[in-house]
Amino acid sequence: MNLGRIGGLLSRHLYLYKRSFARLLEIFYWPFLDLVVWGFITMYLKDSGVSLHGAVEFFLGALILWDVLFRAQQGIAVSFLEEMWARNLMNLFASPLTVGEYLASTMIMSLLKVTAVGSLMMVFAWVFYSYDMLKIGMSLFPFIVNLVVSGWIIGVLTISIIMRFGQQAEVLAWGMVFLFQPISCVFYPLDVLPPILQSLAWMVPPAHIFEGMRMVLLDEVMPVTHILWATGLNLFFLVVIVAWFYHTFNVCKDKGSLVRIGE
Amino acid sequence: MSTPILEVRNLTKRFDNFTAVDNISFDIHEGEILGLLGPNGAGKTTTIHMLLGLITPTSGTIHMFGLDLAKHRETILQQVNFSSTYISMPFSLTVEENLKVIARLYSLKNIQRRVDAILEKMEMKEIQKKLTRKLSSGQMSRLTLAKALMTEPKVLFLDEPTASLDPDIVEKIKSFLKEYQRNAGLSILYTSHNMREMEEMSNRIIFLQHGHIVAEGTAEQIVQRYGQRDLEEVFLKLARG
Repeated sequence: MNLGRIGGLLSRHLYLYKRSFARLLEIFYWPFLDLVVWGFITMYLKDSGVSLHGAVEFFLGALILWDVLFRAQQGIAVSFLEEMWARNLMNLFASPLTVGEYLASTMIMSLLKVTAVGSLMMVFAWVFYSYDMLKIGMSLFPFIVNLVVSGWIIGVLTISIIMRFGQQAEVLAWGMVFLFQPISCVFYPLDVLPPILQSLAWMVPPAHIFEGMRMVLLDEVMPVTHILWATGLNLFFLVVIVAWFYHTFNVCKDKGSLVRIGE
Repeated sequence: MSTPILEVRNLTKRFDNFTAVDNISFDIHEGEILGLLGPNGAGKTTTIHMLLGLITPTSGTIHMFGLDLAKHRETILQQVNFSSTYISMPFSLTVEENLKVIARLYSLKNIQRRVDAILEKMEMKEIQKKLTRKLSSGQMSRLTLAKALMTEPKVLFLDEPTASLDPDIVEKIKSFLKEYQRNAGLSILYTSHNMREMEEMSNRIIFLQHGHIVAEGTAEQIVQRYGQRDLEEVFLKLARG
């Protein structure tokens, strides 16, 4: 791994954000709107006497953590789309940049996005709804780390598909993550799912994180088992998906589609 | 003759049932400009993409600087670059930013100095802060050439670098390239549809058709061998079968 080359690719995206209002909106505008809508919903539920213990904590906490996952995935997928739209993939992969360095750079980019969006949402939630995300305590760190890694896994899966099937699959950059939302049990407990989906959900790392979050908020205990499961599953899926990306990259080089992506 | 800087042996590329490049072999020596000529679909661009490691050959070998491209990709690509009228660079970055990114990807030292120097050489100083999306096609060609030359490659692949440019720009690019090539001892693989340009630029020419090498030699030798008046007539004769 050459850190200079990773930094080089990273600088290409940072230059982009420096002057793109649309891209800055993506960081500030949508997360803020999400928070406003869900904040009012939770206030309404609270005021209407609906018996949902800890509704504000559940919904706002879940929303912020979901956005961590979503932005981590977007960091990978949108960075790839930027290269595709700019027809820059040829310049990148005809340079000494390796596939590993490319992935590392997009992962760092995604981490920067998560940090910006996550911090902002935590501040908004605290200012507008007096919701303190840090109440989750020590578990918050492993929650965030695991959700970022889950976002990377879904992001790399997304770009593998776009790379293989071209521009027609680019809608997946925004849609793919939502395929995992129902079984990630973001806004409801896992036991509301039908048994077959419950079995599936246990294999999805974010489901353990959101279950863990509810455990912390309800019982105030550190969900060690959930964190361990999420970490183990994430490590397994990360290795599998990176191997899959390398395989897809080689298939594209063999089929000649790497030089045609974006055309 | 010196040891070839680029050696291609029995290179073949098949896409399903279509053979784009069929068992071609050639060398490029240090300081040589090799012209790759042929009609559309002859396999020129596929060959260049294989030489850049962007397409995996079905069979055959590519060695540069004595190293196998399949095994030493990073080391080789550090000393190779390319330019083409058909490639682009990120539109939302300025000319200078794009060059800085490329400089980092090639681990260049003294980046600002290198960027300034190439901008100066290519007479692009006045557009260095301009967004790439606002460049004319001539300026864009100069930018892709600047990004290729800034890394001081030992081998340069130029895929129709002057296509769709006005004659004034073409003349400037050609004379710049020739001067740069003479001073730096650069080896170039050059494709073009312009026969006069090909004759003028290349030391040696390979004529590709349907993925095969059908003629090889200096422009003069090829013209003589086919008993035509010039390279353009040879092109038409070979291209029409």
